[in-house]
Amino acid sequence: MDWTQLGGLFLYFLMLSFLAIGGNASVLPEMHRYVVEVHGYMTSAQFAEMYTLAQVAPGPNIMYIPLVGWHIAGWLAAAVMMVATLLPSATLTLAIAHLYVRHPKAAFGIAIRRGLTPITIGLVFASGWILLPAVSQDWRGYALAALTVAVVMRTSLNPLWVLAAGAAAGMAGLV
Amino acid sequence: MFFSRRMFVEQRRWLTEQEFVEMLSIAQLLPGANGVNMAVLIGYRLAGPLGAAASLCGFIAAPCAIVVALALLYRHFGSVPLVRDALSGMSIVAVGLIIAMGTKIAHVLQRRVLPWAFAFAAFIGVGVMRWPLLAVLGVMAPFAIAAAWKGKM
Repeated sequence: MDWTQLGGLFLYFLMLSFLAIGGNASVLPEMHRYVVEVHGYMTSAQFAEMYTLAQVAPGPNIMYIPLVGWHIAGWLAAAVMMVATLLPSATLTLAIAHLYVRHPKAAFGIAIRRGLTPITIGLVFASGWILLPAVSQDWRGYALAALTVAVVMRTSLNPLWVLAAGAAAGMAGLV
Repeated sequence: MFFSRRMFVEQRRWLTEQEFVEMLSIAQLLPGANGVNMAVLIGYRLAGPLGAAASLCGFIAAPCAIVVALALLYRHFGSVPLVRDALSGMSIVAVGLIIAMGTKIAHVLQRRVLPWAFAFAAFIGVGVMRWPLLAVLGVMAPFAIAAAWKGKM
């Protein structure tokens, strides 16, 4: 990857951070589209692996962003993508946090939140829809995904245990 | 996000489900990654500007180090068959966790047609049609906010 491409990546992620009405929920499909479908920097399955690695780590699940950058072009790309992602958000959020704590009942704020909530939910399902075929091609994988949903909805088991069970199922050759 | 909802709402009870979803919506409204925005919002809500700063630093520092370690492990062991199998099993569960989170937060939607129609349209546009997020949001967000403003959802 040359400097032009790296610059392009930086600008793209800066742009993306302004578009992002949701780190994980809404950036993921767009990032997938850019990195996998438009530029072919990695396969869909590799993208899903980077996402999974970040999920296993404790902390914010935006950590898949530097991982994807690292996979594309090493540490420099990872740092570039992380800075582009964080820089605008922390500053602006602090300002908005101030307003929200002072005026939690501001009518227009409520309208914006109410209006965007359904879109957010739609984008979360879009992320699942896009990644599912990347991680599994047969019914056993879909069954495991469905089982995961059922377990999480029915129990308060720590999801890390569910991830560990997934790893065990993979190693046992079940999926 | 899945883990933070679990901790703040279900375990520590620092925030109600409603507060959490509202903050999530604000976090998503703002440019930037919503996990980080959530950290700033929750930190500020619980302990003011210093809380926001502490929350952000804590949120980013350790995970960065861990992700570096993971990347190195992946480089060395990523092609070992057993590791590949484990990773593919975990990937499926990770996708299941996304769907489960969507299902959980969908409980806050009222039982009316319009909110569900917006959720469905966002899913179709970005997930199935693979349209750019910019286009989908640019078209949908004004209508959704206008509908909410008029009390229709």
